[in-house]
Amino acid sequence: MKNTIISIRNAVVEYDGIQVLKSINLDIVDKQFVTLLGPSGCGKTTTLRIIGGFAEMASGELFFNGVKINNLPPHKREVNTVFQKYALFPHLNIYDNIAFGLRIQKLPEKEIATRVGEMLELVNMQGFEKRSVNSLSGGQQQRIAIARALVNRPKVLLLDEPLGALDLKLRKEMQIELKRMQRDLEITFIYVTHDQEEALTMSDTVVVMRDGSIQQIGTPQDIYNEPANAFVADFIGESNIIDGIMRRDFLVEFAGKEFSCVDQGFAPDELVDVVIRPEDIKVVPQYQGAIVGVVESCIFKGVHYEIGVDALGYKWKIHSTQSEEAGAIIGMNVTPMDIHIMHKSEV
Amino acid sequence: MKVSKVFAVPYAVWVLIFTIIPLGLVIGFALTDSDGSFTLQNLFDMSDYMAVLFRSILFAIIATVICLILAFPAAYIISRAKSFNQSSLIVLIMVPMWTNFILRTYAWMTLLESNGLINKFLGLFGIGPLNLINNGGAVILGMVYNYLPFMILPLYSVMVKIDPSVIEAAKDLGANNFNLVRRVILPLSMPGINSGIIAVFIPSVSTFVISRMLGGGTSDLIGDIIESQFLGTSYNPHLGSAMALVLMIVVIFLMSLFNQFGTEEEVMP
Repeated sequence: MKNTIISIRNAVVEYDGIQVLKSINLDIVDKQFVTLLGPSGCGKTTTLRIIGGFAEMASGELFFNGVKINNLPPHKREVNTVFQKYALFPHLNIYDNIAFGLRIQKLPEKEIATRVGEMLELVNMQGFEKRSVNSLSGGQQQRIAIARALVNRPKVLLLDEPLGALDLKLRKEMQIELKRMQRDLEITFIYVTHDQEEALTMSDTVVVMRDGSIQQIGTPQDIYNEPANAFVADFIGESNIIDGIMRRDFLVEFAGKEFSCVDQGFAPDELVDVVIRPEDIKVVPQYQGAIVGVVESCIFKGVHYEIGVDALGYKWKIHSTQSEEAGAIIGMNVTPMDIHIMHKSEV
Repeated sequence: MKVSKVFAVPYAVWVLIFTIIPLGLVIGFALTDSDGSFTLQNLFDMSDYMAVLFRSILFAIIATVICLILAFPAAYIISRAKSFNQSSLIVLIMVPMWTNFILRTYAWMTLLESNGLINKFLGLFGIGPLNLINNGGAVILGMVYNYLPFMILPLYSVMVKIDPSVIEAAKDLGANNFNLVRRVILPLSMPGINSGIIAVFIPSVSTFVISRMLGGGTSDLIGDIIESQFLGTSYNPHLGSAMALVLMIVVIFLMSLFNQFGTEEEVMP
């Protein structure tokens, strides 16, 4: 049985008369790793701030374990936040930073010492108790910020792009560690990021947002394999998005040819977006290809080559382990399973 | 000589002419009699004025404490306001300082006098006239009024640098407003509190204009006595210098005492 721990109902947030959240509805399942994903300005941080109590809704409701907490001030909420720029207390050493919340709860110093010790172990920072905040690197400060939030044993941990300032290698390490902590501690994590790879790696549920509204909610696999619209497809990984016409159920026309596909339920001759992942296109000899085009570019990307192809004015992007000469004429094939048909998005 | 040292020469000359030499003169006068021979008599003569010295320090401490209590919330509110409002409010606090110090204090005389504005207003309701001027309270009021900006500005300049997310973090970790101020805002404002206290206490303890105009001879401060030794009827620059010297030593002692106490809990950032 999956318990909903946080429910947001019809939340609208306005800044200076501009709606930054346009009536969103969101249920957060207890003990899950939930990621709010979207480009900057999409409202993901605002959503997090509503839950933390730092942003006010113009209208809408927020429930925590079924209890409405719209007007509960931040210090009374059973959530803790890891802030984007860490926001450690510069006047306190590492130990006192982590102990901050416990001291406010007036716990005995002995218990505080035990719990701070546990947290330093959890984030792998033993021995840093007496150090000052400014003597720590960004990655170390981030670990302390996580420890400072988790030491209060919140039911929900909010993380606002916590890895944004770290270099790639450190970021990957921290992603794995965060996922491990979330699993071990059995706490709900709500994680804000604009990095789609981060979202896919760590999450149980991904919430894709754009312009103050939710585009799609689903598992990483759902979001990647069955994007709800062209925006999600484009934002999550790379995609070829081509104009097409749905001739009838299971038959779509694009790039001047008809292809069988697995989608149905569209109006006859409806204009649609056809989404094909670059890795789903197979390069074949010219005479075997459903589509024929000229190679314009071929760039080595490490794991694969990224090949740009022009086919009668349509620009295709292909990921292939084989390189192709620029100027070569190639054929391209795609299986019906890999053709994703979407209604034209209104925006 | 290095180029950087050449640039320091004008300042060194300035300090020599306007700080070192005058200080030497004060010490010289303080330790000599009118014939120019060495004596400690001036320092012993000061004992007649210990009560005045004590009152000066007491008044300055009271004024400094009141300034701190008024300035702390004011500076915090300004530092958290929108940036346009911040600059407007700071200008409003500075505007009185563009008026001459003596004029401002005169203005308080016309307000506080027994037939002044405040008493006339109270008279409409059949109250008074109250005795608002020529007492210690009026002198302290004058100090607070004149030196309050010197407390607000350093506090503001420190508080405005406090990252808003640090304040949010404190609330997030369970701090109510009291805990927020006590555990975060106050310790982070300590450098501003230190310089504000110095900026208010030193002019307050040595003022003679405010006590003359608003004290009306009832609450003479050490500054009045020192001034009268140089310009007044009881002309005696030797005694005046001795008093100035003792006042200076007392102030330095108090300030170092305070700094000891003020930085005790502070971890250097």
